[in-house]
Amino acid sequence: MGMTMTQKILAAHAGLESVSAGQLISAKLDIVLGNDITTPVAINEFNRNGFQQVFDKDRIAIVLDHFVPNKDIKAAQQSKQCREFACNHCVSHFYDVGKMGIEHALLPEQGIVTAGDCIIGADSHTCTYGALGAFSTGVGSTDMAAGMATGTAWFKVPSAIRFELAGKLPANCSGKDVILTIIGMIGVDGALYKSMEFTGEGVASLTMDDRLCICNMAIEAGAKNGIFPVDEATRNYMEGRCERPPVIYTADPDAEYEQTIVLDLNKIVPTVACPHLPENTKPAEALGDIQIDQVVIGSCTNGRMEDMETAYRILNGKTVAEGVRCIIIPATMQIYRECVQRGYVTAFIDAGAVVSTPTCGPCLGGYMGILAAGERCVATTNRNFVGRMGHVDSEVYLASPATAAASALTGRITAPKEV
Amino acid sequence: MKTQGHVFKYPDNVDTDVIIPARYLNTADAAELAKHCMEDIDASFVGKVQPGDIMVAGWNFGCGSSREHAPLVIKTCGTGCVIAKSFARIFYRNAINIGMPILECEAAAGEIQAGDEVAIDFDSGIISDLTTGKTYQAEPFPEFIQNIIRKGGLLASLKEM
Repeated sequence: MGMTMTQKILAAHAGLESVSAGQLISAKLDIVLGNDITTPVAINEFNRNGFQQVFDKDRIAIVLDHFVPNKDIKAAQQSKQCREFACNHCVSHFYDVGKMGIEHALLPEQGIVTAGDCIIGADSHTCTYGALGAFSTGVGSTDMAAGMATGTAWFKVPSAIRFELAGKLPANCSGKDVILTIIGMIGVDGALYKSMEFTGEGVASLTMDDRLCICNMAIEAGAKNGIFPVDEATRNYMEGRCERPPVIYTADPDAEYEQTIVLDLNKIVPTVACPHLPENTKPAEALGDIQIDQVVIGSCTNGRMEDMETAYRILNGKTVAEGVRCIIIPATMQIYRECVQRGYVTAFIDAGAVVSTPTCGPCLGGYMGILAAGERCVATTNRNFVGRMGHVDSEVYLASPATAAASALTGRITAPKEV
Repeated sequence: MKTQGHVFKYPDNVDTDVIIPARYLNTADAAELAKHCMEDIDASFVGKVQPGDIMVAGWNFGCGSSREHAPLVIKTCGTGCVIAKSFARIFYRNAINIGMPILECEAAAGEIQAGDEVAIDFDSGIISDLTTGKTYQAEPFPEFIQNIIRKGGLLASLKEM
């Protein structure tokens, strides 16, 4: 029996000829990642268990992004603990304020992850790097500690669902509409423990930012990882960027999939996930008059350059609706700088929006845009659980940057073509 | 290993944001975090839970964020076990890695009611609802995972290697 793309990467990292679904393996890790929330717990475990040194200072990435610039004294203490650990162990990929970005936008941008890698990160959205043809999955802090100490992790080899993409996305739709549509179809545990492998001629029409966004939200369907094949677009993206040479794996023709779902990209429409689960999806146009208090455009899901371009295209020369707070957060310093240079920041401010330095802040209800009771937000983020962005009686609607920007202009949930 | 206690019952898709809201994640102190366990879904839980008590939930328990703080606060509150129809994969991993007992059992998770007195024998995987007199057999863990649990968590098991 052949192997899926994910299974091939796992077999190679476990030093095995082949693996099959359900098999428990120990695999070598190319990158171990943590952030300012999860790394302190990992450091405590690492130290408490008497580990003296990290397995490879160049294979660990620690990114301060959730609560920085520090939101309060406790957050400052956690950042300090990460900074000291990184310094003591000479961690080469340590990203502090000034250099940092939201981890899952930053690692691909900086070329720290590459095709064929086996990556764990103590952050659930670590599945993002599947867009480059890597196996990449979210874990907890203890796994991070073990990964930092040994360079290995245990895995149950996943089975897979194949998503056969056909056609080409219509104007005003992006990767976010694709992944929200898929989660709406299969549910928040529709891919539980499984790989989501994207294939088909439709892949070529998706930009790298689309693919990163799609893989980013694989976890919202319960998946272990999402993964795209490596094509010309991936090679162009990685060229001159990745610090290690890519290794390209392809699924065997006779690989076993639990299910194949065919998705015609031509039929994707601007999609919104209503409170309080990412599976509660509806076409933006079908939502009727839902008034909003806040818009957030940013996060590891949608804070990339194309997302900023989309926001600019819609907001430039216009004015954010009265009573709506529009918060725009470029995901990395490079993207932030590009937004300044291209005049986007001026346009956003002129439109009545605010522009923040990179942070995960509002997405997880940390800071920089917390909602009060009864308030409603359209966000390009990834979760709309109860209390996710603030008060338990607040509501988050997940949408693409185009839908979010259009909604900012009208003050109600609005499909992009309306503005 | 055994546990016995009263049941707190929760629905499908209990996410880690309601188990421990991110607004409290500016500390890694387990005792401090545990004061807010389940706060956004069941504000009375922390005041009521007794050592050995059992959470029973539906599908996909622990979905969402990878925060290990979630199983950690449940454990720190004294909860003896979480029984669910299924667990989100990162929560499942984290619970095993930190030695927080969990069991997957669709029938038990469906039938056991809030407030029931339940006893669990982890060696046999038998769940006994002492209130109704019914017993259930949970899925046993694979040997590899049982070993992590026996050693008291992932890092303890690695140290022995």
